[in-house]
Amino acid sequence: MNNQFKLDGITVPFSAGETIMDAALAAGIYIPHLCHNPEFKPHGSCRLCTVNANGRTVAACTTPASEGMEVENATHELTTQRRLLLKLLFVEGNHVCPACEKSGACQLQAVAYHCGMLAPEFVHFYPKRAVDASHPEMIIDFNRCILCELCVRASRDSDNKNVFSISGRGIQAHLAINSTSGKLADSSFTSSDKAARVCPVGAILPKHKGYNIPIGQRLYDQAPISQVGDVAKHQELADE
Amino acid sequence: MIEQRPVTIEQLETAAQPEKLRRIAIEPLTRVEGHGKVTLLLDDENRIQQARLHIVEFRGFEKFIQGRPYWELPVLVQRLCGICPVSHHLAAGKAIDQLVGVDQLTPTAEKVRRLMHYGQLLQSHALHFFHLSSPDLLFGFDSQISQRNIVGLINAHPDLAKQGVLLRKFGQEVIRVTAGKRIHGTCAIPGGVNKALDSSERDYLQQDIRQIVSWGESALQLARKLFMESLEQNQQFARIDTHMMSLCQDDGALELYHGGLRVTAIDGHRIMDHVDYRGYDQHIREEVKSWSYMKFPYLQQLGPDEGSYRVGPLARINNCDYIDTPLAEKARIEFRSLNRHGLVQSTLAYHWARMIELLHCAEKIEQLLGDPDLLGHDLKQTGEMRQRGIGVIEAPRGTLIHDYEIDADGLVSRANLIVSTTHNNRAMNESVRRVASDLFNGQEITEGMLNHIEVAIRAYDPCLSCATHALGKMPLVIELQQPDGQIVDRLIKDTQGELKR
Repeated sequence: MNNQFKLDGITVPFSAGETIMDAALAAGIYIPHLCHNPEFKPHGSCRLCTVNANGRTVAACTTPASEGMEVENATHELTTQRRLLLKLLFVEGNHVCPACEKSGACQLQAVAYHCGMLAPEFVHFYPKRAVDASHPEMIIDFNRCILCELCVRASRDSDNKNVFSISGRGIQAHLAINSTSGKLADSSFTSSDKAARVCPVGAILPKHKGYNIPIGQRLYDQAPISQVGDVAKHQELADE
Repeated sequence: MIEQRPVTIEQLETAAQPEKLRRIAIEPLTRVEGHGKVTLLLDDENRIQQARLHIVEFRGFEKFIQGRPYWELPVLVQRLCGICPVSHHLAAGKAIDQLVGVDQLTPTAEKVRRLMHYGQLLQSHALHFFHLSSPDLLFGFDSQISQRNIVGLINAHPDLAKQGVLLRKFGQEVIRVTAGKRIHGTCAIPGGVNKALDSSERDYLQQDIRQIVSWGESALQLARKLFMESLEQNQQFARIDTHMMSLCQDDGALELYHGGLRVTAIDGHRIMDHVDYRGYDQHIREEVKSWSYMKFPYLQQLGPDEGSYRVGPLARINNCDYIDTPLAEKARIEFRSLNRHGLVQSTLAYHWARMIELLHCAEKIEQLLGDPDLLGHDLKQTGEMRQRGIGVIEAPRGTLIHDYEIDADGLVSRANLIVSTTHNNRAMNESVRRVASDLFNGQEITEGMLNHIEVAIRAYDPCLSCATHALGKMPLVIELQQPDGQIVDRLIKDTQGELKR
């Protein structure tokens, strides 16, 4: 039979043009990821979905599946590397899970649990970033932004607004808002935008609603991310 | 060298010529929450000249919550403490209710919050009495240091220790059912709560509550017995006479969650009553002293010298006209009969008052568990946003004040927290001075004498940080220095409690 490959020894079917990630998601196999959302063009920036495909290290979200390919995903080595990436993400921003309203429904936290990260290892940068609460309905907490560019893509490709972009280079890279003041209130952003509900972490959130869902009933309280998948998918369902 | 010994404990705050005195530091204090130390300055004849309780840590919550969204406050500030996070959570919850313009919660929301609060008072009081203080009270202030701890209690009185542990466990389970976690959960949201109880959660708590009430009665009888056994001595130990402040219900009943401020003077007359706590800053001022990170609050109308007061169980049981649960009310009447014409001022009576409250909380929990509102679905109210919110609650250790202002975007622009222990700062210092002046009168200094100082502080159940648990295993170094700084004696307690010279 054509159009199938092996993912950690399991036979996975795929259609022409599908990436390793597409085929894995369709087969219900979890490959850790943060910047990927099947609704948007793959970006390949967070590198968390890195797998070994026929001995080459590639991003599963951007690499097309091919016939007979041998892919390694949940190996000890790859999980260790992913944990390292996650630890770096945690110290670059201010990710204070104990007080964060997104805790329990945060993809960064859930992936970190999945990969066995139980504590930060590196020295925290503690960057000083102000919260943008200028918008009447939504808030942006830049402390928690992981630069996945999902809001950038959603605003550009789905909302046709270009509200967000990434500005600066290297460690200076940061999320910028396209308005004269640089404030969200002065942009064309609205709470009904697609960009308002794709954030995998607690950076873009509705105002006044934190902690409404009790502990025990939050998305990842119920089942691990490897079973329930991305938070954005569930956010869409909740909004409907 | 020192011509005259101070005659009043007020004079022991600052010695005239400290550079000529020997210094003893009790650092850190043990079996209290958080980090503090006591310094004693003695003259050549081992007579006390100066005694101070210092709080040596600085938390800075008021500063670093600035710029954060107001709805985060209950979850953020509860991290002040690992023992009484619920108090901070609910005081902030009451403050943000006001920020969103809600003055009256739904019956379900208020009862869920009250249940959580009674659960926490019960666990905190059990922790303090059994784990932290009972070794002093049962074995004696001068008893073997190796025995004077929770492990000693378990060895000598296993049933009692077990009751203490299980009482605390029940309180923690009440918190878990209402907040999702035993420590640092979520419950209060602006204008309400995020969950009520379901019937299985209620049944789970109900199956144990009779036993808890019964153990609460035993704990109260024990605290009473320990006080009455050496009545004269216990009444005088670390005794100071102060005004007392707490919340009370409109009809004068004991109130722990919501009420008006009442202050009763030393002689029993009311200085304040039915005062809306949102005007606290019209009545309470804070004095700063260079030698402590903790401020010294006082009543503005009486000034810093005459206006200090006490808060916590002793103040609450003294202040209220009655308690609205039968077993605790019976105990209150007996307690107040210690002094029929005024307030019970004995510092060690804090323990007795605390156990009256523990029993009251157990009774209240039992009442609430039979209330169908606890299983309701109407969880949240809404209103018009306001700029300032003030929440006050009776935490285990006393009146707790949270005061926040927000900007037009909903971010915190100013915060003022007056934590329960802060109100007792001056009183604890004076109790330390009382003990020091009674004990340090020329005799050789022993570890037991230093423990007397700690016993006085422990009676107040201070929460000095409030996040660290120093359960008697903290190392301790006591140095005796000559006026020129030369060390003449050095007593070291290691992490195992072993003493070395």
